[in-house]
Amino acid sequence: MLAALILVLVLGGLLAWHADRYAANAPRWIALVTLALDGALLVPYFVGGLPEAGVWLDDVRWRWIPRFGIGFHLGLDGVSLLLAALTVFLGIMAVAASWTEIKERVGFFHFNLLWTLAGVMGVFLALDLFLFFVFWEIMIVPMYFLIALWGHENRAYAAIKFFLFTQISGLLMLLAMVVLVAIHQRNTGVYTFDYFDLLKTNLEVNTALWLMLGFFIAFTVKLPGVPFHTWLPDAHTQAPTGGSVILAGVMLKTGAYGLLRFVIPFFPEVVADFSPVAMGLGVAGILYGGMLAFAQSDMKRLVAYSSVSHMGFVLVGLFAWNALALQGVVITLLAHGISAAALFVLAGAVQERIHTRDMDRMGGLWSDVPRMAAIGLFFSVAALGMPGLGNFIGEFLVLLGAYRVDAAMTAAAALGLIIAPVYSLILIQRAFHGESREKHRIRDFGARELTLMGLLIAATVWLGLYPQPMLDVSETWLKSSLRGWEETVAQQVPSQAPSGIPLRRGEP
Amino acid sequence: MITAADLLALSPLIALSSAAVIVMLAIAFRRDHRLTFVLTIAGILISLVTVPLVSDVTPRLVTPLLIVDRYALIFIVMAYAAGLATVVLCWEYFRVREGQPEELYILILTALLGAGVLAAARHFASFFLGLETLSVSLFALIAYPLRERRALEAGIKYLVLSGVASAFLLFGMALIYAETGTMEFTALGTMPGTFPAVIGTILIVVAVGFKLSLVPFHLWTADVYQGAPAPVTALLATVSKGSVFVLLLRYGLESGILRAPVLNVLLALIAAVSMLVGNLLALRQNNVKRILAYSSIGHMGYLLVALIAVNAIGGDFAAEALMVYLAAYFVMTLAAFGVVAVMSPADREAEELDDYTGLFWTRPWLATVFSVSLLSLAGIPLTAGFIGKFYLFAAGSQGSLWMLLGALIVGSGLGLYYYLRIVFQMAQTPAALQAEPEARPVGAHLLLAVLLLLIFGLGVYPAPFIDLLHPEIKISK
Repeated sequence: MLAALILVLVLGGLLAWHADRYAANAPRWIALVTLALDGALLVPYFVGGLPEAGVWLDDVRWRWIPRFGIGFHLGLDGVSLLLAALTVFLGIMAVAASWTEIKERVGFFHFNLLWTLAGVMGVFLALDLFLFFVFWEIMIVPMYFLIALWGHENRAYAAIKFFLFTQISGLLMLLAMVVLVAIHQRNTGVYTFDYFDLLKTNLEVNTALWLMLGFFIAFTVKLPGVPFHTWLPDAHTQAPTGGSVILAGVMLKTGAYGLLRFVIPFFPEVVADFSPVAMGLGVAGILYGGMLAFAQSDMKRLVAYSSVSHMGFVLVGLFAWNALALQGVVITLLAHGISAAALFVLAGAVQERIHTRDMDRMGGLWSDVPRMAAIGLFFSVAALGMPGLGNFIGEFLVLLGAYRVDAAMTAAAALGLIIAPVYSLILIQRAFHGESREKHRIRDFGARELTLMGLLIAATVWLGLYPQPMLDVSETWLKSSLRGWEETVAQQVPSQAPSGIPLRRGEP
Repeated sequence: MITAADLLALSPLIALSSAAVIVMLAIAFRRDHRLTFVLTIAGILISLVTVPLVSDVTPRLVTPLLIVDRYALIFIVMAYAAGLATVVLCWEYFRVREGQPEELYILILTALLGAGVLAAARHFASFFLGLETLSVSLFALIAYPLRERRALEAGIKYLVLSGVASAFLLFGMALIYAETGTMEFTALGTMPGTFPAVIGTILIVVAVGFKLSLVPFHLWTADVYQGAPAPVTALLATVSKGSVFVLLLRYGLESGILRAPVLNVLLALIAAVSMLVGNLLALRQNNVKRILAYSSIGHMGYLLVALIAVNAIGGDFAAEALMVYLAAYFVMTLAAFGVVAVMSPADREAEELDDYTGLFWTRPWLATVFSVSLLSLAGIPLTAGFIGKFYLFAAGSQGSLWMLLGALIVGSGLGLYYYLRIVFQMAQTPAALQAEPEARPVGAHLLLAVLLLLIFGLGVYPAPFIDLLHPEIKISK
């Protein structure tokens, strides 16, 4: 079943590639059907009810390269289930959003789109470090092509920058993985890349710190966290709409996922010491990203920097590592995925119509395209954290959880809630309000785009008003990993226990 | 006294030598390109078929000069297969060009013979003989298109520098022999390292550095790669470098020179500089063959990691890593130069970056093969290059070679940049957008398809190949 989730996307991609010689629309429909099929494969896991804590919903394990104990090991738990569902959902949105934008090499475009999604899906499911790395790198290549082939004016630069940042940081992670495995082999005499075996590896604090940094940098580049975020505005701005949707909606989430799946469980004792630094980077990201977003005149760049800001909350929440904050992280990942995707679709739609992303040349669009403007306002308001919409729940929970760990840091992070309205509303003001500076005769959203946006709106409202189902799904996972964390920290740093901080993190 | 079993053990080399003689005689009687080509292919195939027969009697010492063991045989198979690929490329490449290409095939066969001898050498005499057989064949191969100025220049350049390297090599060997009185690798291992012997070893390393085009002995590389006909460049890049590397590991292990701290530091320095300089120099090139030349300098630097880590990881693991990386390097390099050869029109070579503009839309098949081989050279997962790089990471991290691994990561990052430049160039919209029918005959395309399959095969499911190497590969007793 789990392997099928990835295989369907891979095969669908190959099929879509060769379909465009038969009909221009064939790749689009094939991609939609493929994603729908993938979604259907996920449904049974949602219906099946919640398992006990620590139980995996599904698990696949095949031998792959026995020489190094590498297996094809996939597993699904609450968090990966939610993220996998998000991947499929936004995949459909990406296909729909590029329906008219992509006019040439349609087949190859959808091949790359589906293969990127296959890589992302693999990242969310892999429980073997080698396999994880393979998926981690595999998703970069088609994304590179998406940017390099269908991107905008400065695409060569953006695509190569994106590839280099992720690939070099990825090699650091590979090195850390290999060293981790070598240490495990030295201790036990067995080569293994399996997630659960490696969780038990005993590490010296100093080694653990270096290894943790290897993983942390790779994931923070992808997240992106300050100061590794510089690839993101370029990649986002230059990517075609579908690429931006995937990039912002799901690919950034792989960084957060890596942090919560690997970094924190593998190196709990180091992470406890390191968390002020990581939370500091998160806060820096929130404030710096927000300020830069305000200063942009390029619509997509603005949204890209706002992503840096929102991902700062994720970093803060992850390293606060308690139940509230982690629940908040999961909700933020979903909500930001949806709202950022929607804003990129909007920006892409504007660019498709007036051929610029420069907000200095917009203004007054409200009267021309009232539907687009209203939807834009909705998602800007969602992004700024209006209560009742998804992003608010996530960020609120993150702040609530982080407050227990570090009040000062949380106070600084909360300033982000002031900056967010500023840059979100300036987007609306400059693009849609005011005098129109240039004459545009443009088409408003049609039925396809309205349906697409309607789905995204519904998802955001649902997350905002009734997030409990999402919280339930991820809760079992949280319970088990928090318990594991408590045990390790209690074992590894008994001397620090009286100071209170590490143990209090474990409170549900 | 050579027994029948010894002869059997040597049969891969003997079969190849006979093939060279037969091809030569055939040319003497009847100058025919097709006949020569078929005979050469048959000769290499027969030599390949003898390998499984031999594997029953290994490891076997044949005279003090040669040892036929699994390590040598696996490399011989790789080298012969690469030779086969080169022959196919040569057939397509020289068929449409003027001149008499028949003797080319004899030279390819003798080059392979030299490589085979190097893989099995355990004595300075066979070391030198193998290396010279290989190099002399290569001089002629590089300068084979006599009327081309650049090919001649490349040939002379390689001849002179190779001659200098051989002089270094001989002088080094002489110094060691004068000091120890033996020329067998294993016997050297038992001797205490005296000062002249260490100098001798360093001289040998210098000579080997020339052959492997390691920095600072790399100056010939780009010019020779560029000047030689593309199929010959493919042979030079794979078989010649691979065989010298295979020999270096055996020599280093058996004679114990890798345990000497001086040499270890020296090699580490050479490796790091090769990775960085090779990749940096490739950044500014606009000529595909020169890019590949500089990238090969970097790759030889990466490969040294396995050699330097040998004290920590043991010879067997180093041999395994070396073989895996070489296999990957062979297939991806052959595929890349194969594309260059197939792309080249009859009057020149397609070596400028501009020749590749829009290849994805004009000749999608070639562009796919080229991109895959470039991504493999960059070490992207699911391709053979990644498995090779993974082995180097494993070797380096177990040997705690952090500085070298750091250089490897930086070098890979630089490498990615110029590989992606080529890929991007191919993805550009060309001026005239029409898909040409694939003009060239099927042979080369079939070869490229096989290489593509091998790149993916080794990358996706390397277990069968690794099973060949582990745990049976034993390099020293």
